[in-house]
Amino acid sequence: MAAIVSERTVLDVAESGTRAVNSALMAADVPAAVTLANPRGAHALACGLDRDIAVTVEGHVGYYCAGMNQHATVTIDGSAGVGVAENMMSGTVRVRGDASQSAGATAHGGLLVIEGNAGARCGISMKGVDIVVGGNIGHMSAFMGQAGRLVVLGDAGEALGDSLYEARIYVRGKVASLGADCVRKPMRPEHLTELRDLLTTAGFDADPADFTRYGSARHLYHFHVDNAAAY
Amino acid sequence: MCGIVGLHLRDPALYPQLGTLLTGMLDQMCDRGPDSAGMAVYGDPVWSPPGTVTVTLLDSPVPAAQLAEKLTAAMGVPVTAIDLNPTILLHAEVASLQSATLSSSRRASRPGSTPAQQDSGAAGTSAGEADALVQAIRSIAPSARVIGFGPGLAVLKGVGNPTTLANGFGLPQAQGWQGVAHTRMATESAVTAEGSHPFSVGPGQCLVHNGSFSNHMSIKHELQRAGIEFDSENDTEVGARFVAQQLAQGADLEKALLLLNDVFDGFYTLLVSTSDSFAVVRDAIACKPAIIAETDRWVAMASEYRALADLPGVEQARIFEPEPEEVYVWRRS
Repeated sequence: MAAIVSERTVLDVAESGTRAVNSALMAADVPAAVTLANPRGAHALACGLDRDIAVTVEGHVGYYCAGMNQHATVTIDGSAGVGVAENMMSGTVRVRGDASQSAGATAHGGLLVIEGNAGARCGISMKGVDIVVGGNIGHMSAFMGQAGRLVVLGDAGEALGDSLYEARIYVRGKVASLGADCVRKPMRPEHLTELRDLLTTAGFDADPADFTRYGSARHLYHFHVDNAAAY
Repeated sequence: MCGIVGLHLRDPALYPQLGTLLTGMLDQMCDRGPDSAGMAVYGDPVWSPPGTVTVTLLDSPVPAAQLAEKLTAAMGVPVTAIDLNPTILLHAEVASLQSATLSSSRRASRPGSTPAQQDSGAAGTSAGEADALVQAIRSIAPSARVIGFGPGLAVLKGVGNPTTLANGFGLPQAQGWQGVAHTRMATESAVTAEGSHPFSVGPGQCLVHNGSFSNHMSIKHELQRAGIEFDSENDTEVGARFVAQQLAQGADLEKALLLLNDVFDGFYTLLVSTSDSFAVVRDAIACKPAIIAETDRWVAMASEYRALADLPGVEQARIFEPEPEEVYVWRRS
């Protein structure tokens, strides 16, 4: 069934189905701004977008919303299921509510903003994405993070930054525990500047001086028998 | 993957809609386990009328009507059967069973050799009456499998598309105050009706599981050494037997699930219901999905939000994901 495109460029997900809606978003003549109504927790909405369009989702989405995004700006006016903005390359994804686990997993670029809380493994294996979370994040966030920045205005769960490579983490609240090879690091002027820019871009009014920086101790890069207990 | 749904109604005005709401929730989870399903309803006036105990049977070698006749003759009390192929619901009045069991010199042993369990909350009834009915069933249809027993609880299982099964059982017409359902993607044992969840091995208790236990065999051996018998090779049954044993030994549901967290390894999101409670718990890694929504009128749990999207007033619900290793319990007020 073809997607129903109204004058306001509203695609009704419940009526048209995910496949038709995603096809319409990928069409050559897609309008510059599209609203998706009645998502009702549908999976894989607005995935694989590869041009500069603005998509607003009116409600809660299921798994993998806005995955593999390039260039597009996707705003979810609700909460998101597992793997929102997974493997994003560029563009912006904003979740006005909460996000489930693995938000921004393996993402290479772009900006993911979660205004509420994010669940476990936020930014797992992040490879260049910037993630800014207004609330708290769950356990094992930024696990094996390789590049990019994770900013958390609330608290972080257990094992933050476990087996971290080079991603940088800024947390304003409490950290339940740090994972293997993740350590607290000093906030130098360039970090305050970087964080201020990130917060401003993400639309949060917060003082960078209130944050603590965490990063990799780089002990796990190469196997060393003295570190065996940390693996 | 497995899909879990559960609905605990707080507002009696919603009781007539329980079956419809639960069917809608289950339908959304078909993708997660499309080949078999099970469901349990607490308080349906047809499947488990007030003042009766209900025993649910699977794979009875004796047809339902004949089973009811034989049980009525053997026990001296009227036993009613409802044939919901492959499940049979049997119920008998508590008062009749009490007088029959009092006049009998033979006191039935506990179903499934579960240790003694006292009344789990339903007023005016005890597990003893269910035991008497189970015992009589075992002598008439020894190969039939008891998949649920207790006052107010009906458990239904089958192989096939979950929505088709639910409609075939008549779930949309069911009423009651609580229901759970499960769509199964089999990992630890075969796709059979008896491998479907919920596993109901204690009076009024149900457990549904998404995930797999990695150390279930050693726990099973310990439970077997304690005299507990098993019906299947399913890892989830081990979890259910463990919880039933803890409850039988006097633990409340919260404590039983905290103990389960201590003992079981593996991946799990569990929904556990009893005659007065509704509980959710996840393992420490919490990789299996779970979402809870709560309003003044109901508490609902599902594997994914889309199963909750049709619940009345979901727009105003408090929606959250349960934290790892935290036990959430709601009790019937």
